[in-house]
Amino acid sequence: MADTRTITVTVNGKAHRREVETRMTLADFLRHELELTGTHVGCEHGVCGACTVLIGGASARACLMLAVQCDGESLTTVEGLSAAEQLNPLQQAFHDNHGLQCGFCTPGMLITLTEFLRDYPAPTETEVREVLSGNLCRCTGYQPIVAAALDAAKRIREGA
Amino acid sequence: MVEKSFGRPLKRKEDPALLRGEGRFVDDIHLAGMLHAAFVRSPHAHARIVRVDKRAALAVPGVHAVFVFADLPESVRRQTLPLLMPHPAIKQPFMPYALAKDEVCYAGEPVACVVADSRYLAEDAAQLVEVDYEPLPAVGDCRAAFDKDASPVHAGSESNVAARFPVKVGDTDRAFSGAAHVFREKIYQHRGGAFFIECRGAVASHEAPTGSFTLYAASQGSHRLKRCMLELFDLGDNQVRVITPDVGGGFGPKASFYPEYVDIAAAAMALNRPVKWIEDRRENFLATHQERDQYWDMEIAVDSDAKILGVRGQLIHETGAYVPMGIVLPWITATTVPGPYVIPNYKLDVVSVFTNKIQTTPVRGAGRPEAVVTMERLMDRVARELKLDRAEVRRRNFIRPEQMPYQVGIIFRDGRPVTYDSGDYPACQAAALEASDYEGFKLRQADARAQGRYLGIGVSNTVEATGLGPYESATVRISTNGRIVVYTGATPQGQSHQTTLAQIAADQFGVDIKDVAVVTGDTATVALGIGTFAARTAVNAGSSVHIAATEVAAKAKQIAAGMMECLEDDLELAEGTVRLKSAPDVGKSLREIAVKSIGMLGFSMAGGFPPGLEHTAHFTPEQSVYANGTHVAEVEVDIETGAVSFLRYTAAHDCGRVINPMVVDGQVVGGVAHGVGNALYERMVYDENAQPVSINFGEYLLPLATDVPHVDLVHLETPSPLNPLGLKGAGEGGTIGSIAAIVSAVENALAPFGVTLAEAPVSPQRIVELLGEHALGRTR
Repeated sequence: MADTRTITVTVNGKAHRREVETRMTLADFLRHELELTGTHVGCEHGVCGACTVLIGGASARACLMLAVQCDGESLTTVEGLSAAEQLNPLQQAFHDNHGLQCGFCTPGMLITLTEFLRDYPAPTETEVREVLSGNLCRCTGYQPIVAAALDAAKRIREGA
Repeated sequence: MVEKSFGRPLKRKEDPALLRGEGRFVDDIHLAGMLHAAFVRSPHAHARIVRVDKRAALAVPGVHAVFVFADLPESVRRQTLPLLMPHPAIKQPFMPYALAKDEVCYAGEPVACVVADSRYLAEDAAQLVEVDYEPLPAVGDCRAAFDKDASPVHAGSESNVAARFPVKVGDTDRAFSGAAHVFREKIYQHRGGAFFIECRGAVASHEAPTGSFTLYAASQGSHRLKRCMLELFDLGDNQVRVITPDVGGGFGPKASFYPEYVDIAAAAMALNRPVKWIEDRRENFLATHQERDQYWDMEIAVDSDAKILGVRGQLIHETGAYVPMGIVLPWITATTVPGPYVIPNYKLDVVSVFTNKIQTTPVRGAGRPEAVVTMERLMDRVARELKLDRAEVRRRNFIRPEQMPYQVGIIFRDGRPVTYDSGDYPACQAAALEASDYEGFKLRQADARAQGRYLGIGVSNTVEATGLGPYESATVRISTNGRIVVYTGATPQGQSHQTTLAQIAADQFGVDIKDVAVVTGDTATVALGIGTFAARTAVNAGSSVHIAATEVAAKAKQIAAGMMECLEDDLELAEGTVRLKSAPDVGKSLREIAVKSIGMLGFSMAGGFPPGLEHTAHFTPEQSVYANGTHVAEVEVDIETGAVSFLRYTAAHDCGRVINPMVVDGQVVGGVAHGVGNALYERMVYDENAQPVSINFGEYLLPLATDVPHVDLVHLETPSPLNPLGLKGAGEGGTIGSIAAIVSAVENALAPFGVTLAEAPVSPQRIVELLGEHALGRTR
């Protein structure tokens, strides 16, 4: 029988208590146990960044962590970025700048930038490109994502 | 009044759900009782399967079944996967079975399918399936494979040639015999992949009472998958439904049909449970189709003014282990070589060769980037040898706009002559040169050299066949509550069909795009469909939507005229209402008209309109329409490390009339980034036994946000005369033009060292290697 543990994880403000296999990745736990399928899995080796989530406010690759490592932690996923039917300023900037095409890398991009813009509210284009270099996008050529990030920073600074 | 939608940069209807994490990709689908599949894949590039022992795998708790070839349904065992594009030039139409029968021909070929309660368990058990292989010699290089003494890629075959055909225009040898100058180049372009961020995947569900399947797949064309499933399972049209949900990028390979779809469907049928398979990234490197391995041996003949007299040579194209798309790639390549230039004599010997590697089928550009790199390398060579400016050599050879429509002299795959419909190539290059300050570059380069920095600039021109037929389907239907829905066989993977097709339909009804729903890629909604690839959807689906919506609007007016007892000419359709031009308050809503259109029980419609406020159209283009572009790349090369960085990048492009400029910009800029990967980073490495060794993103490098340039765009708009909206395709031009421009720029930067380039990609290691002793600082 597979080795299991019971864990309690708070995701987007809601506490979940589950018995999980110790080998289950955090990404699979979020997607298939909690049915929060906004977090995407693109490479399963920590390069593409599609699975990026915030754990205690710090970004992490959900494909490289086990669910049991998050026992007692508080997580934010893409589903937690805005209230239902709403877009937050970062999401709105992606919409306005055509910062997504297929939308598969987008949750990881949003989470990465959420952390970044919180810590660096007035970044340069070079700094934005540097922080995005941990997230792969095959559709956009990154240019509109960079534009969206700079636009969002401005909106957030202006109290959007 | 509602403003016209066509031509405006409207924000995408797709975005809100995707931005909130509410997209529905194939791995987001969960069906009750669903099981999970993992595949046992060949570790050898070529081997005979001696024996498979499933016992240990079947003993794992939670494992439901292990399928090998012999376990597949009879109809699946008696035929290979279909060769969708047969052609008489294909001499050896090798195609794979849904699971390897007795021979594996590439590393990663599926041998067994393990189905279990979870993917974790399925992968555990897959490792316990014991397969005895008898390794056979593997061939990994298509030049070696072409050698008459090469080991066979498929045991027992006489040669490794899949297909061979000539392309001939004029009398090339005669043109060469009198030429002032003849130059020869051997050019190599390396295999890469699509590497969409969402890997492939599918969920198959089987309904035992009706014997029918529903297949959810991350595809680029649901109808082609349905056709393949019907043929393989020998089922009736009513028994297979294919639905493509949100797709995380396609770029070509998701348009192919793959064995895994058949295997999980067979498993779902045998176990009477839904079965899901999601490709992991390692499998994606092994088993998703790739593209671009080509070796060229080419000559160009020019007169003393650098005018082209002829081009000739041989193209060895690698098809990999099988030929799922026939000769599509080498044929497109061969017919793309002339591009925007007048080439009166052209002769190419095209050979498509098998190797023990995963198949090549279209990846963004589909054979065209290779042709453009080859032609533009030849043009740069002419400029260098005749000591002329590179843009000037191109200018002297352009097809002039007054020559349109221009017959290239080549016969396309469909047997029709390649005829460019429209375009102004000299204007396009001139616009790109101006926007990139090409004239000022010499000064920038000289200034940099004075500081010991090496700048280069490169120019490339492309003409791209887009909007390939045969057709795309569109049904526009207005239901009795007045809601407008567009159904199409087009199957997007990020191209914004929800928005752009709604823009086309909305204008016919005078409504906002939010009032038009677009349903894509569901075989239950439209009978026929082709799919989204080859920069074809704006032209094919866009035209079909336009025709269908126009017909529905006309029908609405006809019905309303009857209801209102007035003349149609007195009516206009605006804001979703058919109303009197003279008294806009008097009219009939689309809801009322739709109710009228479906008739009433017991009342005859005989002699009236066909029922329903709907129309289905299949726009069937006469031929491709030709988009064009000019790319100018300006780079700096660090001669110590070989690193290439971009200083400027300009793309001028002409895709005819534009439905949504924001979407087109996104397509072009994204395409350039793909080209950056092909030009500088992406290298799919195989060892001498055809074993793939670059099977993760640490070894196979995709371009990052820090690697790609900011692309300055210049728009030209030459409407195509060949479809009702004047459209051309925009999805691939960014990739097609960029590789050649970047390679040219790198060569230009290294000119002081006498380095010439005839390959892509050009990695930092390769640049340092080519610089050789010069990298140590000793310049010539």
